[in-house]
Amino acid sequence: MNKDKLIIGGHEFNSRFILGSGKYSMKLIDSAVKDAGAEIITLAVRRANSKEQENILDYIPKGVTLLPNTSGARNADEAVRIARLARELGCGNYVKIEIMRDSKYLLPDNEETIKATEILANDGFVVMPYMYPDLNIARDLVNAGAATIMPLASPIGSNKGLATKEFIQILIDEIDLPIIVDAGIGKPSQACEAMEMGAAAIMANTALATAGNLPLMASAFKNAIEAGRKAYLSGLGRVLTRGGSASDPLTGFLRD
Amino acid sequence: MENYFFVDSEHLSPETLAKKHEIEDNPSSRKNHMEYLPGMEIIKSNVCENVMEQIKRFDCSKYTAKDVRAALQHDKCSIEDFKALLSPAAEPFLEQMAEKARIETSKHFGNTVYLFTPLYIANYCENYCVYCGFNCYNHINRMKLSMEQIEKEMQVIADSGMEEILILTGESRVHSDIKYIGESCKLARKYFRMVGLEIYPVNTDEYRYLHECGADYVTVFQETYDTEKYEKLHLLGHKRVWPYRFDAQERALMGGMRGVAFSALLGLSDFRKDALASALHVYYLQRKYPHAEMSLSCPRLRPIVNNEKINPLNVHEKQLCQIICAYRIFLPFVGITVSSRESASFRNGIVKIAATKVSAGVSTGIGDHESKYTGKETDDIQGDEQFEIDDNRSLDTMYKDITDEGLQPVLNDYLYL
Repeated sequence: MNKDKLIIGGHEFNSRFILGSGKYSMKLIDSAVKDAGAEIITLAVRRANSKEQENILDYIPKGVTLLPNTSGARNADEAVRIARLARELGCGNYVKIEIMRDSKYLLPDNEETIKATEILANDGFVVMPYMYPDLNIARDLVNAGAATIMPLASPIGSNKGLATKEFIQILIDEIDLPIIVDAGIGKPSQACEAMEMGAAAIMANTALATAGNLPLMASAFKNAIEAGRKAYLSGLGRVLTRGGSASDPLTGFLRD
Repeated sequence: MENYFFVDSEHLSPETLAKKHEIEDNPSSRKNHMEYLPGMEIIKSNVCENVMEQIKRFDCSKYTAKDVRAALQHDKCSIEDFKALLSPAAEPFLEQMAEKARIETSKHFGNTVYLFTPLYIANYCENYCVYCGFNCYNHINRMKLSMEQIEKEMQVIADSGMEEILILTGESRVHSDIKYIGESCKLARKYFRMVGLEIYPVNTDEYRYLHECGADYVTVFQETYDTEKYEKLHLLGHKRVWPYRFDAQERALMGGMRGVAFSALLGLSDFRKDALASALHVYYLQRKYPHAEMSLSCPRLRPIVNNEKINPLNVHEKQLCQIICAYRIFLPFVGITVSSRESASFRNGIVKIAATKVSAGVSTGIGDHESKYTGKETDDIQGDEQFEIDDNRSLDTMYKDITDEGLQPVLNDYLYL
């Protein structure tokens, strides 16, 4: 397992749990990171754009890779501007592209996301696009220079789990970049299921923010993600759709 | 019922008084409130028609406990479910509504509560809205801040740590023209991350200009969606034109604003119908402009200078809470603002259920932030307030109180793009 690293933009990560930082108190960020064992944490640039005495950046523990996101962007141009602002603010060169033209479900705009990915990848960013799981779009994102693909499991904040399971599986099977399941994962069991399918990592925020005990839930996710990863690496046992199966093979009568 | 709004100032001349009484007593002396005035832009939109069709059919007495229970069980709140939640039949279910609302709020907003403060830069007004402290017949200290005075006010507010500001004026194009408001927005961009406007409704090109000056959010209160009642309350001035006001948010979005805010002033007419209309105004506009950010306010009537009898009638805290919970369940993604018209205890409670934005360090007067924030005596002239506030907590106190409630105060979550 020790050699099982998640590689994004040339960097190696041991943890496969990417933590969100919105929606819960900044004072909990430190313990959430520790209990989740997270090495990457996302933050909204628009939240960091504050003179506030309690700037969210001050609460991110040292040594954790910042993944600024472009939430608030309604098109590629705005996402590019936010990403560049993040770099100016000292947030590094990782960026998670989020482009929404819908304030109700916050579903990503795949076409604009491709455009932004290309511009930012050419500009030296490690681009991690959040997208609606569509194989053709995913291929375009690969060609545009994405470092990972981040398909949604169900609408952000919904905690509804793997509503797009079949389509995420297709991305895992067909795309050679790490597939990080983002948005909609509400329970550790759902995170585990996505990891068993072969997802490279899980991103979660609301599931933790709305939990009764945030650090405890962070640790539950950590265990679930690790369990799912081990199951994937070990090669899952078969699952029968109906009834049992004779332990003697049907073709046992055939001679060599 | 509305007569308690009428107050005759001793400072009015006999001719002015005669005109005032004529307008109050003789409906035929008033302009048609559904007719646009010259210069008012007419846009093509079916939003108003959709909203008013629903209001016409809404009879809140026909809903029963069974409808309310069903609405609370549904995953998605339909318009019919929402009507049940607004009805008197839902009153015994307030606790269950609050629980459902709290879950929806946390899914969309986590435990964050946004903070802002209003800045009134002028209180001149050409309208006669009988319940408003700024109305043109009310004898109050009128004032319009100069750019230097505005900058000074903004410095004082920015020094308190506030990052979002809402600029307000009385409704007078003569005294507070678009250029004046635009220049104020440019100043505000220097001191604040987010600049909102609550001014008289304007045309699309004027909203575009104000957006270019730095404003990105437009609040317009419709006051009441009951057009007949509206006619009896808004007797004179541009504001009298009800449909031009209704389309203000849509013009603002067409002009490039990121977001818009809506409200009825609860207590002016049937508050359940007004709450339904406000939420449907958001609902239908959101379907047309899905990228826009939308929020609802829920003000109740407050006493004004020279008339302390004004009150929110039958909208008590329980009813207000019911409306806010119903808003949240029907429109889980919208912001809900609760202003300092309400008490500290109500605001502390409602942010834990459904409200996502509260004001702090509020003055509804003109040019009095320095004296209010620092306690410093000043010889400067100050303009009178629009209405009396209830919760006068400073930003620091509000910040601490929200934190103590286990919530997360947020001063900015916004980029001007």
